[in-house]
Amino acid sequence: MNDRTETLRAAVAAGVLPADEHFARLLRSIVDVARAIFGAKASSILLHDEETDELVFAAVSGEGEEALVGKRFASSTGIAGWVLSSRTPLVLEDVQSDPRFARDVAEGTGYVPKGLMAVPLLDDEIALGVLQVLDRPQRARFTLQEMELLGLFAGQAAIALSLLRSAQRARSALDGEGEAGAVAGLAAALEGLDGEGRAAGIALLRDLERVLAQK
Amino acid sequence: MAEQPRPAVEEDDDLPAWSLPLDSVDRIALENPLAARVDREWALGGATGRGVRVCVLDSGVEPNHPRVGEIAGAVAIRLGDNGETIAEPDVEGDLCGHGTACAGVIRAIAPEAEIYSVRVLGGGFTGSGNVLVAGLRWAVDQGYHVVNMSLSTTKRQLGEALHELADSAYFRRTVLVASAHNMPVESFPWRFSSVVSVGSHEEADPMVFYANPNPPVEFFANGVDVDVAWIGGGSIRATGNSFATPCISAIAALILSKHPLLTPFQLKSVLYQIASNVGGAS
Repeated sequence: MNDRTETLRAAVAAGVLPADEHFARLLRSIVDVARAIFGAKASSILLHDEETDELVFAAVSGEGEEALVGKRFASSTGIAGWVLSSRTPLVLEDVQSDPRFARDVAEGTGYVPKGLMAVPLLDDEIALGVLQVLDRPQRARFTLQEMELLGLFAGQAAIALSLLRSAQRARSALDGEGEAGAVAGLAAALEGLDGEGRAAGIALLRDLERVLAQK
Repeated sequence: MAEQPRPAVEEDDDLPAWSLPLDSVDRIALENPLAARVDREWALGGATGRGVRVCVLDSGVEPNHPRVGEIAGAVAIRLGDNGETIAEPDVEGDLCGHGTACAGVIRAIAPEAEIYSVRVLGGGFTGSGNVLVAGLRWAVDQGYHVVNMSLSTTKRQLGEALHELADSAYFRRTVLVASAHNMPVESFPWRFSSVVSVGSHEEADPMVFYANPNPPVEFFANGVDVDVAWIGGGSIRATGNSFATPCISAIAALILSKHPLLTPFQLKSVLYQIASNVGGAS
């Protein structure tokens, strides 16, 4: 499927997709669940902004949640940047002993965690961002089972993020003036119909398709 | 420090050895036959890593960290405007802490190994895969005995280049030791059979390592709750295959310091023979 066809299909989908707010709630749900699974004080999702090559806090649960969402920093810095670039999960305890880490985080939030789990959000070969879980209870030694759980959960979160990216692309196509926007407008108008009106609308579009298919 | 001898590589010969005529059997006289009994004492008893050059391909290494000490060299890799590889003296050290951690693990096991830092991370995410490939190519060209890669890429378009590099290193007697991915994704280069791939076990002993009868992960080493060096001259407790990998790199360095002519194939065989679940209870 070429880019143009993909964009058109995405645009059609955009006519019936839920709004971005639903995805914001989905992301928030992911970090809430991550925090609950590990009994952690906080969890966050950082998305990679390809245009600026920065990591952006997209959702935060727990400590620092009000201050952090929307904050961004260069993908070349810090542990999250390393996890994104190396595509490798990392679990650290005693991160306060890292003076740069403590300073960077404290400036943003006033909250410096003791421990940090960070895992890349990988959708097939694309690295979308990083999921962090901060300050799991120190009662027990970290185990490989927890690492596996972290990886599995990150996989699920990455699927959600991938859907978000598709929806955002589709929505920008819908809002556009071009042919994708026109097709998306039709899909949205059809979605708003029911009963006889909907059946008539579909019949009309089928006729239109036949006319357009005659070269 | 005197460098370990390195045999001539095939590409330096006039003609490659495509076949073996009957009157040329002398040509395959082994320069380094393995002992009849390969055990840990034979493989690494008394070894310190002396004379073995180990490259840490990572985020850089903090200069003069107490757990790392002096490193033999440090470069940062970047790509020029035309995509050419530029290797410059690294003046920034470690931008994350991860490379320092790996170097510290190597130093603790192989105290006299020469550690070189080749920084391929820290320039931002965009383009990081290409820098990784360029850095590995540069490292292979330097002829390091061991290259520690506690990282991977998921980009398939880079997979082929990495595969060729891994094979090139294999035939040039550079051992690539790479972290296995502990997530259900396809990534490179650890899955290639010409590298030594490493996952984690939970035991605290860095000299305990296991051969995996079910590859692609070939060996498991200490990678959980490891006390590692970190930036700022300090330390941190860390978990990940990233920290198991330098255990195997360092053990490889110990073996090569005693048996410098081993090929990567032979070295992997020795690692298997002395693995804790084979013949090498520590």
